[in-house]
Amino acid sequence: MLAFTIRRTFQSVVVLLVVGLVAFSMFRFVGDPVDNMLGQERTGADIERLRTQLGLDQPFPVQYFKFLRGAVQGNFGVSYRQGRAVSGIIAERLPATLELAAVSAILAVVFGFGLGVFTAIRRDGWAANTIMTLSLVGVSLPTFLIGILLIYLFSVELNWLPSFGRGDVVDLGWWRTGLLTESGLKALILPAITLGLYQMTLIMRLVRSEMLEVLRQDYIRFARARGLKERVVHFRHALKNTLIPVITVTGLQLGSIIAFAIITETVFQWPGVGLLFINSIQFVDIPIMAAYLMLISVMFVGINLVVDLLYFAIDPRLHVGSSGVKG
Amino acid sequence: MAADVLSVRNLRVEIPLRNEVLCPVDGVSFNIPAGEILGVVGESGAGKSMTGNAVIGLLDRPAHIAGGEIWLNGQRIDNLPKEAMRRLRGKQIGMVFQDPLTSLNPLLPIGEQLRETILEHLPVTKPQAAARAIAALEEVGIPAAARRIDSYPHEFSGGMRQRVVIALALCAEPSLVIADEPTTALDVSVQAQIIALLKRLCRERGTAVMLVTHDMGVIAETSDSVAVMYAGRLCELGPVREVMTHPAHPYTIGLMASTPLAAKGQKRLNQIPGAMPRLDNLPTACAFHPRCPQVQDRCSVEPGPDLEACGGRAACWFANGAGS
Amino acid sequence: MTQAPVPQSAITRAWESDFMWSFRHSPVAIVSFVVAATLIFAAIFAPLIAPHTPFEPGTLNLMNGFSKPMEANEFTGETFVLGTDDQGRDVISTILYGMRISLFVGFAAVTFAMVLGVTLGLVAGYAGGWTGTIIMRIADVQLTFPGILVAMLIFGIAKGITPIHLRDQMAIWVLILAIGLSEWVQFARVVRGATLVERNKEYVQAARLNGRRPLGIMLRHILPNVLGPVLVIATISLALAIIAEATLSFLGVGAPPTQPSLGTLIRIGQGFLFSGEWWIILFPSITLLALALSVNLLGDWLRDVLNPKLR
Repeated sequence: MLAFTIRRTFQSVVVLLVVGLVAFSMFRFVGDPVDNMLGQERTGADIERLRTQLGLDQPFPVQYFKFLRGAVQGNFGVSYRQGRAVSGIIAERLPATLELAAVSAILAVVFGFGLGVFTAIRRDGWAANTIMTLSLVGVSLPTFLIGILLIYLFSVELNWLPSFGRGDVVDLGWWRTGLLTESGLKALILPAITLGLYQMTLIMRLVRSEMLEVLRQDYIRFARARGLKERVVHFRHALKNTLIPVITVTGLQLGSIIAFAIITETVFQWPGVGLLFINSIQFVDIPIMAAYLMLISVMFVGINLVVDLLYFAIDPRLHVGSSGVKG
Repeated sequence: MAADVLSVRNLRVEIPLRNEVLCPVDGVSFNIPAGEILGVVGESGAGKSMTGNAVIGLLDRPAHIAGGEIWLNGQRIDNLPKEAMRRLRGKQIGMVFQDPLTSLNPLLPIGEQLRETILEHLPVTKPQAAARAIAALEEVGIPAAARRIDSYPHEFSGGMRQRVVIALALCAEPSLVIADEPTTALDVSVQAQIIALLKRLCRERGTAVMLVTHDMGVIAETSDSVAVMYAGRLCELGPVREVMTHPAHPYTIGLMASTPLAAKGQKRLNQIPGAMPRLDNLPTACAFHPRCPQVQDRCSVEPGPDLEACGGRAACWFANGAGS
Repeated sequence: MTQAPVPQSAITRAWESDFMWSFRHSPVAIVSFVVAATLIFAAIFAPLIAPHTPFEPGTLNLMNGFSKPMEANEFTGETFVLGTDDQGRDVISTILYGMRISLFVGFAAVTFAMVLGVTLGLVAGYAGGWTGTIIMRIADVQLTFPGILVAMLIFGIAKGITPIHLRDQMAIWVLILAIGLSEWVQFARVVRGATLVERNKEYVQAARLNGRRPLGIMLRHILPNVLGPVLVIATISLALAIIAEATLSFLGVGAPPTQPSLGTLIRIGQGFLFSGEWWIILFPSITLLALALSVNLLGDWLRDVLNPKLR
């Protein structure tokens, strides 16, 4: 277990170093940082001074190391466009994205698993077939169209729910939450559905196909041959085996929810980091792009690590060293 | 007849496909008395496993029983409702599958799988079930059963796992056990042990066994009687000694000649020319006639005689000892 | 079956093949194919079909702005089947031209991804060792991130590198590069898998012993083997690429307003959703949906027919 964890952690660190290199290269080579930071009126001396100040005259590895050291401390420099520290801008907007992503993830997992198991067990029923057909439409439907459709239905036509922003927010220390006010919760509904729907469809289809695969296995036949109730066969024997392959992919899907939030946040003008990122691309605001990349990589790698460990916890075949002699 | 644990009458299984209906089991009849072992042999695809699955009510859709009757301890079971059939499985009919590596749930400790089966079928408390589970493991010869009870399947060798599977099949003391190629996936060195174990347990408890295999050697060692299947039909049925020494049906004769055990003394094994026909392309009348060394005109026009009706051993017009 | 065999033409044989059989017996496949083919056809011949040339400022009349579908404009009396947008551009024509750009980007990106993926897959599978490891590790790291994010990032970087006065002109090509680079991994994985299997087969060993260049032989033998899966992945990737392009353009980081794709049109139309001009956004959305869905369904069907194991 320890060796496994250490190995996975090491791999994660390597991935982060590679991503860091990409982010750093963006800083260093996409556009000229000096150009971006100084206005039209500048002298050769200004440029030289800034170059030294930014450390651009030092060798590449040294610069990379300094960049990493800054990144670990949360220092990503100053936004070209807003002229403020990137870390401050991101910290201000992160709670909005995390709340949206968390609610969507819960929706996606709960309904994805539920419907996936349902459609696998009632394989030939009309309800399951209808859900499967709808899910195919769901997979083909671009996220932003779902958002627009929901806005049209519930904001424009019915006028039930707000179409943009996150409503009233409450400050809990530095964390600004929308979960504690009625308007905040109402504002969350449409974006959360929009963001969760696609992931839910994927999880559902995956759970279904894995469960059908498991239901074909010998040990399921054997469980039936032992006269166990269908309920026990499905939920005790099949579901647990289904979980193993599903957990990995679900973990990755949940990670990508944070990335897909970019689209949803744009549609609903949700003031999170995704909207910030899109704007930074439009204005080629490299420090924000780089910081966002690093942030999302840390989250992804973290989720991957958790998923691996979870996988390990569920599958007894991976318990190295335990030879069946227990208690 | 009353002593028969299992009685299969004229069983027919059909698989409806897009534009035809396949018939992997057709007109099969046999009985197994208590404490006896019936060996069912044939090439792969002959319908042996399908017959076993039909008896225990586990045919995969769209396959279904399309005709005939199955009686278990005087109760007709082929038309039972799903739930009643489910209660019967494990309680009155146990089943042992071919591959012990895949028939145990890898994520549940074996003790867990034993206890859930016992609790499902027997009126016992949880501690009693736990005790019974250990006893069941001891009975099939798992050393240090009490300590191994919480081990996962992957912590056992193939032979040991098959012992666990047998313990699972027998833990609710069924009156019939269907063993579907129980030794095929095992090392040769372990095969004999498993067969001996199965035989001993069933003799002790008076359990009837339907032993499906393609290995004539296994049948010779264990069975009381033997049923030979070819292309979904029964071609010969009789006491094992008689069938082995005096096979009547031309197919059985060919099969014996190609078995090392029966062919002792011969320099080389015989083989039956050709291959078993595919189900969607069965020959007319007697399915064996294109490969039969004793084929006559009648064979391609008229199916062989009905085993039951003529009271004979072999479904062949020209069987050894059966005149026409 | 007792009749004498009738000599068959190649076309009849093709029609009777399993592939065509399952096509003819799948209503979903037929409908998807007809829809996709019609849309692609319409996009290719847009200049001949479209009633107006929407991006020639000289031909536009601002007075025609916001004409409702199928109703005569209150100022000019002209009628537009699907209405016009704020600048008086005919919606049908903008859709036809927009689809041209969407499809062009889609096909070009998939072709790029396919060439890149198949090549890298062959190299990774054949060379193995360090080269193979590095290629597949890059693929793994990239797979950790959703394709759309990778595409956005590449788009952002490329935009930063492009000189400002060229950005709009280059946008389409940058888009193709970004989407293509985000989708090569699937191709590489399948081809690498097949290559690893093939590499150890006797004929390749024999070719090597004969001093022939096994790479050439493998190309001849492996490519036909992976054609089915590659075709399936390409079709599904096309649907993904079309959606990715639309998404990027919708977010304002794709096709520029001077060369609007379907996504750009929807972005423009979203502004008019609240003021009641629903047709400006509805028709491009429906077109995009029909395109993405039909290609997706075709891909699904292809996967079932060509390679049931790919599920």
